[in-house]
Amino acid sequence: MSWLSKALPPKIKRNDSGVARRSSLPEGLWSKCVACEAVLYATDLANNCHVCPRCGHHKRLDARARIDLLLDVEGRREIGAEVLPVDSLAFKDSRAYPERLQDATATTGETDALVVMRGAIASVPVVLAVFEFDFMGGSMGSVLGERFAWGVLAAVEHDVPFVCVTASGGARMQEGLFSLMQMAKTTAVLTRLSQVGLPFISILTDPTMGGVSASFAFIGDVVIAEPGALIGFAGPRVIEQTVRETLPDGFQRSEFLLDKGAIDMIVDRREMKHRVAGLLALLQKRPALQ
Amino acid sequence: MTVSLTPDPSPACGRGEIRESLARLSWSVSTLAHTFALMKTIFLEFEQPLAELEGKIEALRLAPDDSAVDVSDEITGLEKKGQIKIREIYARLSAWQVSQVARHAQRPYTLDYLRLIFTDFEELHGDRTFADDHAIVGGLARFHGEPVMVIGHQKGRDTKDKIFRNFGMPRPEGYRKALRLMRLAEKFGIPVLTFIDTPGAYPGIDAEERGQSEAIGRNLYVMAELKVPIIVTIIGEGGSGGALAIGVGDVVQMLQYATYSVISPEGCASILWKSADKASDAAEIMGITAPRLKSLGLIDRIVSEPLGGAHRDPQVMAQNLGKALQQALRKLTSMPTDELLKARLDRLLAYGRFKEQALR
Repeated sequence: MSWLSKALPPKIKRNDSGVARRSSLPEGLWSKCVACEAVLYATDLANNCHVCPRCGHHKRLDARARIDLLLDVEGRREIGAEVLPVDSLAFKDSRAYPERLQDATATTGETDALVVMRGAIASVPVVLAVFEFDFMGGSMGSVLGERFAWGVLAAVEHDVPFVCVTASGGARMQEGLFSLMQMAKTTAVLTRLSQVGLPFISILTDPTMGGVSASFAFIGDVVIAEPGALIGFAGPRVIEQTVRETLPDGFQRSEFLLDKGAIDMIVDRREMKHRVAGLLALLQKRPALQ
Repeated sequence: MTVSLTPDPSPACGRGEIRESLARLSWSVSTLAHTFALMKTIFLEFEQPLAELEGKIEALRLAPDDSAVDVSDEITGLEKKGQIKIREIYARLSAWQVSQVARHAQRPYTLDYLRLIFTDFEELHGDRTFADDHAIVGGLARFHGEPVMVIGHQKGRDTKDKIFRNFGMPRPEGYRKALRLMRLAEKFGIPVLTFIDTPGAYPGIDAEERGQSEAIGRNLYVMAELKVPIIVTIIGEGGSGGALAIGVGDVVQMLQYATYSVISPEGCASILWKSADKASDAAEIMGITAPRLKSLGLIDRIVSEPLGGAHRDPQVMAQNLGKALQQALRKLTSMPTDELLKARLDRLLAYGRFKEQALR
């Protein structure tokens, strides 16, 4: 701490931390961009795919909103919704796992952290799987693995490509080793897709970390990231503790990954639907989209 | 095998050669330690009663010979007592204590088993792209005369060696080396045996820069479809994705006091309880021990360890492991490849616990 910050009265210091400032605006009508602090009218933001019109910051999206952005309205069919979580280890830390599940369901309206849907992206038929980050940090447990597998197998059955949008902190600790094994399961089922020559497009959004990042996420035939997304294996704090140095600016962000050769491209959310459809058309040797 | 105990100090030798001789040195140190039991057993915290008995025995042994009393009976008595005590302690180890045994500084590592169970080991180095990762070793060897590909995590014994091996935490090039060796084995129809013993994949800046995630994910994918049998043994610490990255196979077995978990007990405690002190609670609840994982259907077999853990008798441990490997291999090599791969995929897809409920 410098002499200046020590000299400042406590009230100003509190504001410096940025914590006290947060919810100074009423929820709903207006929202503030976390990146540029621009005050935005909620409808404008929604009409702009939840991308800040000022600075281009990509706000995190819930699974259903993401599906609405990507899938055509006609012919949607949810897959694996009947697969539901169980507490096989009777896991309890400060709270019991079933309680955490209930809370997550109450806040998100989902029963687990993945929504899988058959449908079409700009008329290109696909199976789309989308993570719900607000459901326990999009963590991967047994239900997520099973729904993912159903999705891939449905793609094989209907002879359509598989597209997955990730947003996850990693494995779900409350399911112990079962959650680790979902890394093997989700990745293994993709071999079935490859065997029949169907593409898998992986779209990484903020954040894609840990066991999700280190399993199927980078196995996509094409790997796309949204701008500015945090993507990596180990969390930045863990790395900082290990190497005991400050991480470089932009570390583990999409632009960093592109520079290091880890992903194929960064695509703006507002163009995602047509870029993905176009890529699928190219891979499947279909005529160019209109 | 001839080994020199001192690395060549000549200033002319390059960095690579120094590393080479360091590797040889570490190999020879662990060889000597186990063969001739030069190292005294290090007691863990919960083994204190054993340490005290050992201290008494030692004192009696060192007592002057000229006294009229024969101490040998007393020593035998104390040794018997020690055996009973150790049996007692090891009969009711908590999950946290098991994880201490799994991380014991004298626990046999991959290279120890390579020496004790295999012959004709030819270590193969490097990922052909960036570097040779010393936290994963691998190569061709013979097992009961038959060629096999052995790949395993490798930890170090002393401080220098630990740093050389990066504490058994691989970087992407380690996983890519493993992948290269698996593809090589597949090309020549040679079964793959992997040994898992890592705290996890290395969480460093360079590892992220070179695609740690992709390296691990790629291995999971390739191991799911590799056309030769894969036998996985967790010999010590099975730390998360860094373990699983060489841990997908047709048979997954664990040594009795090995652990396998999605996150370290300390890591889990600091995230969920916000305090690393709760590690023992976390270890208990996560289910990280071999018996627990066997009962959950997550592993196939438990390989018994000698009384008091593998480090107390590496020879016996190696014999037990050798037998288990032989049985697994016999079963797998008789299977046609398509059957083998189908069984592997079915097994991978069966992982998980959930319920199915008809939609309203």
